[in-house]
Amino acid sequence: MGTTASQLSKESLSEYQELTFLTKQEILLAHKRFTELLEKHEKQQIDARAPMGRITTLPELKSNPFKERICQVFSTSEQKDGSLTFEDFLDLLSAFSDSATLEIKSHYAFRIFDFDDDGTLDCADLEKLVNCLTGETNDAKLSSTEMKQLISNILEESDIDKDGTVNLSEFQHVISRSPDFVSSFKIVL
Amino acid sequence: MSTAGEQDADLSLQEEHESKTHRTKRRDGERQKKKRRNERRKGGTRPETSEEDDDEEEDSDKDVVRPECLSPEELEKLKEAVDERKKLIQSLRGKPWPMKKKLVTLRESQEFVEKYEGALGKGKGRKLYAYKVLMTKKWMKFQRDFENFKTACIPWEMKIKEIESHFGSSVASYFIFLRWMYGINMILFGLTFGLVMVPEALMGRPYGSMPRKTVPRAEEASAMDFAVLWDFGGYAQYSVLFYGYYNNQRTVGWLKFRMPLSYFLVGVGTVAYSYMVVIRTMARNANESGVGDDNSFNFSWKMFTSWDYLIGNAETADNKFASITTSFKEAILEEQESHKDDNIHLTRFLRVLANFLVLCCLAGSGYLIYFVVRRSQKFALDGLENHTWWERNEVNMVMSLLGMFCPMLFDVISTLENYHPRVALQWQLGRIFALFLGNLYTFIIALMDEINLKRKEEKVVKFNITMWEASLYNGTVSENSTAPPVTIHPADVPRGPCWETMVGQEFVKLIVSDMQVTFLTILIGDFGRAIIVRFLNYCWCWDLEAGIPSYAEFDISGNVLGLIFNQGMIWMGAFYAPGLVGLNVLRLLTSMYFQCWAVMACNVPHERVFKASRSNNFYMGLLLLVLFLSLLPPDCNLIHLQWHSKRLILCNRLAIYYLNTVSKGYQQANLDLKKKMKMVSMNFS
Repeated sequence: MGTTASQLSKESLSEYQELTFLTKQEILLAHKRFTELLEKHEKQQIDARAPMGRITTLPELKSNPFKERICQVFSTSEQKDGSLTFEDFLDLLSAFSDSATLEIKSHYAFRIFDFDDDGTLDCADLEKLVNCLTGETNDAKLSSTEMKQLISNILEESDIDKDGTVNLSEFQHVISRSPDFVSSFKIVL
Repeated sequence: MSTAGEQDADLSLQEEHESKTHRTKRRDGERQKKKRRNERRKGGTRPETSEEDDDEEEDSDKDVVRPECLSPEELEKLKEAVDERKKLIQSLRGKPWPMKKKLVTLRESQEFVEKYEGALGKGKGRKLYAYKVLMTKKWMKFQRDFENFKTACIPWEMKIKEIESHFGSSVASYFIFLRWMYGINMILFGLTFGLVMVPEALMGRPYGSMPRKTVPRAEEASAMDFAVLWDFGGYAQYSVLFYGYYNNQRTVGWLKFRMPLSYFLVGVGTVAYSYMVVIRTMARNANESGVGDDNSFNFSWKMFTSWDYLIGNAETADNKFASITTSFKEAILEEQESHKDDNIHLTRFLRVLANFLVLCCLAGSGYLIYFVVRRSQKFALDGLENHTWWERNEVNMVMSLLGMFCPMLFDVISTLENYHPRVALQWQLGRIFALFLGNLYTFIIALMDEINLKRKEEKVVKFNITMWEASLYNGTVSENSTAPPVTIHPADVPRGPCWETMVGQEFVKLIVSDMQVTFLTILIGDFGRAIIVRFLNYCWCWDLEAGIPSYAEFDISGNVLGLIFNQGMIWMGAFYAPGLVGLNVLRLLTSMYFQCWAVMACNVPHERVFKASRSNNFYMGLLLLVLFLSLLPPDCNLIHLQWHSKRLILCNRLAIYYLNTVSKGYQQANLDLKKKMKMVSMNFS
């Protein structure tokens, strides 16, 4: 049950292969990289958690503007601090893997973009999203008129029921027609 | 009294519950339990309640899995339940649940399936059913292991990942395409090598046994010279590499291997395999990437799909941020400007002018090639030794240089047109395609003349040979018959030119010079430029790195097209020179390593990154077209009606397969539209 010490049991390995889109080598590599993130005393614990700060030092996540959101979405901790166990980490890699389906990718993408976790993308979420995408520097940010224009354009395109927010099914509908989404929503160790 | 009955019922229920947790394998054990229960009932209670008890027993019986006492409908239901659980297990990976929940569900379902599956087989069929189940499990495990093995076998995965993290997925897509081409060429090479070259080398008549396999006496002295070998003359010409080496003997060697048939079938197999692979990839791409040219979600897509999660490098990430910001601002501006339209006339005039200039370029390059090929024929008649290296290799060099400079020219001309970058790219690709096609066909037409010339020569020589042999024969017979007939060394036999080998040679020379030009371009264009910018920057007045000329960006479309046309030439020439495919494999291998090094060392990530991912199918379509066009000339030469009609049937089947897959995509789009409409109507009601 769970993963302990530095070895994955054969049974766990085959279960993980059944439950994720990852191959055996990918799971073993993930285990290796994850245990590198843990402190010495944590390595012996069952279901050890790696804190968000350490996970975001992974080179694959370091330059990602959504790294904190990703950690929080996949985290199962009660304190909602974004810490991940190895199984959460596997869930993350599975959703971002090459063979994952469009449905699961769009589901998690929606949750990542939903900054306030209320189940819909409203104007505040969209504004935060745009600011994440344009970088941190001030001159790169869009002016408030541009921002308003952009958000109203997006809502016009995606908000079918005209309630001022984008819900999961509207989001999935937009994403499913996109040719670039599946190939760019990928993280590989 | 009823309490006793109830107690009995409780007991029996308890027993049933226990038996549920055991595998019901032994029929005898079950029968015994049933007997015991019946006896207990008969023994303990009043006769009036026995019917009720019987009813209870029947009810509880339904819960117990005892295959031989289940009716067919219940068996069906159980089977359905088991199948449903199996489907659930398969679908677990696609569910967005946390791992713990998935694990619990998996273990529950697996227990359920194990428990009831073994019991489902009935009577005699039971062992077979259990055997089938076992085999299915083993097969699935084997499939999974095989998938793992296949993924591990894919070469260059780390290299491509590094490129992806530095340059994003669009540059990496070129390398993925290159790797795919390499795979196809390896398979074609395996076919050709295994079924054509090796049998001929091992079992065919050896070198020197026949006139067509021997270097003529006159050329023997220079046959080993490097210069001659580099031109694919001398010993290289009279080898398994070229068509002329292959004898028309029906079977060769102790295996009675049918050589000519094998040669022909390998040719057909190459064509069929290439078509199949290209169309299959196109169909898969069409299915995945959605349908139609949709501009209705422009802003949403920019928002939700523009970040490339593969980026792992801070500099690339900064570039990406900048490009996203620019694209947002541009899109907003474009939307505002699309409401005003000024100066259409000027734009239209400029676009017409640009197209006219491009046509002039194309015509000019076609004429240049024709002129150069004619000149080389004249040189050949004069004897090749009298001319310089340039004059001997003029045709190949001119074609490669045209292929290098004309696209740059088209790029400059397209600044007149003022299109959106994606549209401009499509125009650019179309023009480069027209250029390559024009060049290739001009080349072939010019070759045709040479081929006809050689065929006439061949007829004349054949006639001369028969005359010569007749004279020889007459000469020996006129003497005493005890003298042995004169044997002639094959090298001395006069023979005509083999036009197929000549065509093969031309193609091989073309490919080699193309390869040289590509590598030189990268070395000088990218590497040289990077060195100059880096070192001159210290003593130059303006910042060379930030302004002009700065480092080069990787030219995706140019490289992809180069690859596609290279493959077209391979397909065209492979029938005449079986060694060509092997040469191409070597070329792709060196290309992979060389370009991987070059892109990491000399290129910078694109400033304007708009994903040309829908052009994946555009490139595949181009490849298909090139495949079709490049196989036309050899087919015209084969001229068998049967062969043509078989090819037509093959074409039809492949077209049906592709259209089928595309129609599935359209069906999906229809469903999406219906869903959307339902949502809208629900909200209004």
